[in-house]
Amino acid sequence: MYEIRIHSRGGQGGVTAAKLLALAAFRDHKYATAFPFYGAERRGAPVVSFVRIDESPIRVYSQIKKPDLIVVLDNSIMDVVDVLHGLRPGGKVLLNGTLPHDMKGFQTLSVDLTTIALRLNLVVAGSPILNTPVIGALAKMGIVSMDSAKSAISEMFSDDRNVKAAEAAFQELVL
Amino acid sequence: MTEIPKEEYLFKCTSACAGCSSSLVLRYVLKAAGPDTVLVMPACCTSVIQGIYPNTAMNVPVYNVAFAAAAACASGMSASFRAAKKSTNVIVYAGDGGTVDIGIQALSGAFERRTDFLYICYDNEAYGNTGMQRSGATPTGARTTTTPGGKPDTKKDIDRIVEAHDPPYMATACSAYPHDLFKKVTKALSIRGPKFIHVLAPCPPGWRYPTEQTVEMGKLAVKTGMWVLFEREYGKVTINGPSRAAMIKPLPVEEYLGPQGRFKGISREAVDALVSLARRNAKRLSLEEEGVC
Amino acid sequence: MLTIATGNKAVAAAVKQVSPEVIAAYPITPQTEIVEQIAEYVTNGELKSQYIPVESEHSAMAACIGASITGARTFTATSSHGLLYMHEMVNWAAGGRLPIVMANVNRALGPGWNIWAEHTDSMQERDTGWLQVYVSTVQEAYDTTLMAFRIAEHNDVLLPVMVNLDGFSLSHINQSLETVDLGDFIPPLRLPHAIDVKNPRGYGPLTGPEDYFKFRWDIERSMRDSVKVVESTEKEFFRRFGRSYGFTDDYQCEDADVVVVSMGTLGKEAEVSIDLLRKEGIKAGSMRIRWLRPFPKLDLKGRDVVVIDRDYSFGYGGILADAVRSKCRADPYSVIAGLGGQEVTYDDIAGFIRGRRPGEESWFGVTPDV
Repeated sequence: MYEIRIHSRGGQGGVTAAKLLALAAFRDHKYATAFPFYGAERRGAPVVSFVRIDESPIRVYSQIKKPDLIVVLDNSIMDVVDVLHGLRPGGKVLLNGTLPHDMKGFQTLSVDLTTIALRLNLVVAGSPILNTPVIGALAKMGIVSMDSAKSAISEMFSDDRNVKAAEAAFQELVL
Repeated sequence: MTEIPKEEYLFKCTSACAGCSSSLVLRYVLKAAGPDTVLVMPACCTSVIQGIYPNTAMNVPVYNVAFAAAAACASGMSASFRAAKKSTNVIVYAGDGGTVDIGIQALSGAFERRTDFLYICYDNEAYGNTGMQRSGATPTGARTTTTPGGKPDTKKDIDRIVEAHDPPYMATACSAYPHDLFKKVTKALSIRGPKFIHVLAPCPPGWRYPTEQTVEMGKLAVKTGMWVLFEREYGKVTINGPSRAAMIKPLPVEEYLGPQGRFKGISREAVDALVSLARRNAKRLSLEEEGVC
Repeated sequence: MLTIATGNKAVAAAVKQVSPEVIAAYPITPQTEIVEQIAEYVTNGELKSQYIPVESEHSAMAACIGASITGARTFTATSSHGLLYMHEMVNWAAGGRLPIVMANVNRALGPGWNIWAEHTDSMQERDTGWLQVYVSTVQEAYDTTLMAFRIAEHNDVLLPVMVNLDGFSLSHINQSLETVDLGDFIPPLRLPHAIDVKNPRGYGPLTGPEDYFKFRWDIERSMRDSVKVVESTEKEFFRRFGRSYGFTDDYQCEDADVVVVSMGTLGKEAEVSIDLLRKEGIKAGSMRIRWLRPFPKLDLKGRDVVVIDRDYSFGYGGILADAVRSKCRADPYSVIAGLGGQEVTYDDIAGFIRGRRPGEESWFGVTPDV
């Protein structure tokens, strides 16, 4: 089983990113579950979502304690939350844009999702859409196939700039 | 110029959204009420804003109670305090859902029995704490998660319902006018019996406007005449300054509705309905103030 | 059509296909997505129901009762305090023999306010005459909601059905969902005692001591008859759509020396514990109880039993443990775990089984060495 934790702020689409990822995994003929950690979340407060992907049906509902991958959609969260908490030895981190942070020796990849979104004018209520381009980045990392990523995005969003954003992130992420 | 005490009763560790009216309102309510106060709170945004165990962001006792029960609980609490010769302020602090919908039976009973308490309804015109579903206080045409096409019905006029109970004091207020609110709470707490203050509480996630515009939104509500600031003391109406000005020269209602995402795509009919309702209420208050009715 | 959905959305999707004439509901966390999704379906015309946004849960059930007695199919959803607030009317619905279907998103009771999973809410309604079923996956939530209408409306039942799903753990988790083409799986509702102005009757008037008990027996008789209806409905569902669930969801129980009994998502996670324990040489099995009412016959003879209660009856004990103890003449190790959304993992459950003390009660997080 592969376990992913996604950090974002309320309103940034972290919960939807988890759902997109799970849907893409279905299209890869895998099993997946996606769920938020529901605290008293308020707009602007840090939010955590989880994704599990496996070859067989997933029967675990408890929280992910030792993720294989951490995704951070808003790097300012790292000032208030220990995003690396519980990350498995050998686990990876995917950041939105680069920031000088002590990543404690974990392999850290980054792609500027915000710039990609702004370039495509993929903005809603003043906020750049990060949850669709991040799926492209995750496809580049091999978490899901790019075909399934694009399929999942198209199923959930009619605006094709979302797929374009994912493709851009796929291109721009350097492994 | 009103002298606002410096003492804070609302600490910085609240879980409020950025731009939350309730935290602004509560700050001034508690400054006016002082430390000899108990807040009785039904389920509402402030149930969460107050902080999560083991913390509390309030420096007064807060009694959390079931959704339908606040005013009834306050009745019991007030009766007990008064019997013990304590003058402790009993203040129900409730949202619009807990007031005009599920809490209305208890509210009516408490007012009918002349419970000595202050009922404050902070009105963000939806069930905010559960994610912005419609309430009886949602205005016509507003989009909520259970009225995605805009609410077809009108906003329940809780002020007239409370008025029908003949309270010694009732008023409307708005989070954008904290000094006015402070004065009203002070006045209310100096009167014995059931008192009601209905506070308009613009809400960024619910009304869908940028978080830094909460005060602006409240001012527009008053300046367009969509919200009237008034008091009714022993049945005598006084329309407050900013609303008096708005009656003479109201800003166009579009200035208030336009910036709010919840009114996006609102039909002409719904806007007309909102405006005519607001004008009708304002007119009635005006006539009442003049003593015509 | 394989799609992705949360437990709440799956329930709403099933309701849309069943198309009740009247839906009356009031929002409460964590049920809100059910009513919001239904409101959206109604607004965009996908669901032709009368959607009544009532002012409280008591009114929600009252409105469903009013609609149901006219012969309309009805639905509502609630949780926790909402369920408790409608308690009087929950009783009324069953006593009134109305085939209302309600989704209850299991959530703990205050004070203090707690929005996470616990079963005490629906457990407190277990005496009302409602059928009760507890689901553990998104697919099961969808399938069971469909079946609930058919069961409730069957002439041998005509009792309301409560479909329970764990707050957040299931209501808010995204899993795969295969929707079905219903066809005529749910026949049109024919309520024999529906209001008919041409044939006027009085409904539920003053009923004296010589007669009242007969109506109560009537409810129980239908509750007993519902067992066959649940069986046949599940059989028919399997025939048409290829999935079945049963009164209990048994995992490796046949040769088990110890069986863990639980409900909801814990019952699914327990299967992972079973796999772990089997690797250690412990012949364990998991029995997830689905139908709480009518309470099923459980095959627990000759094995140790561990019962996990995500609920409690103060001054008495775990409610499920009590049912198992009295109905199955077993002496279970009763574990109280998961209250208020307390995290219980497959490791924890395996620990309960390994450390079992038959006849004793342990509170996870309180009793040492549980």
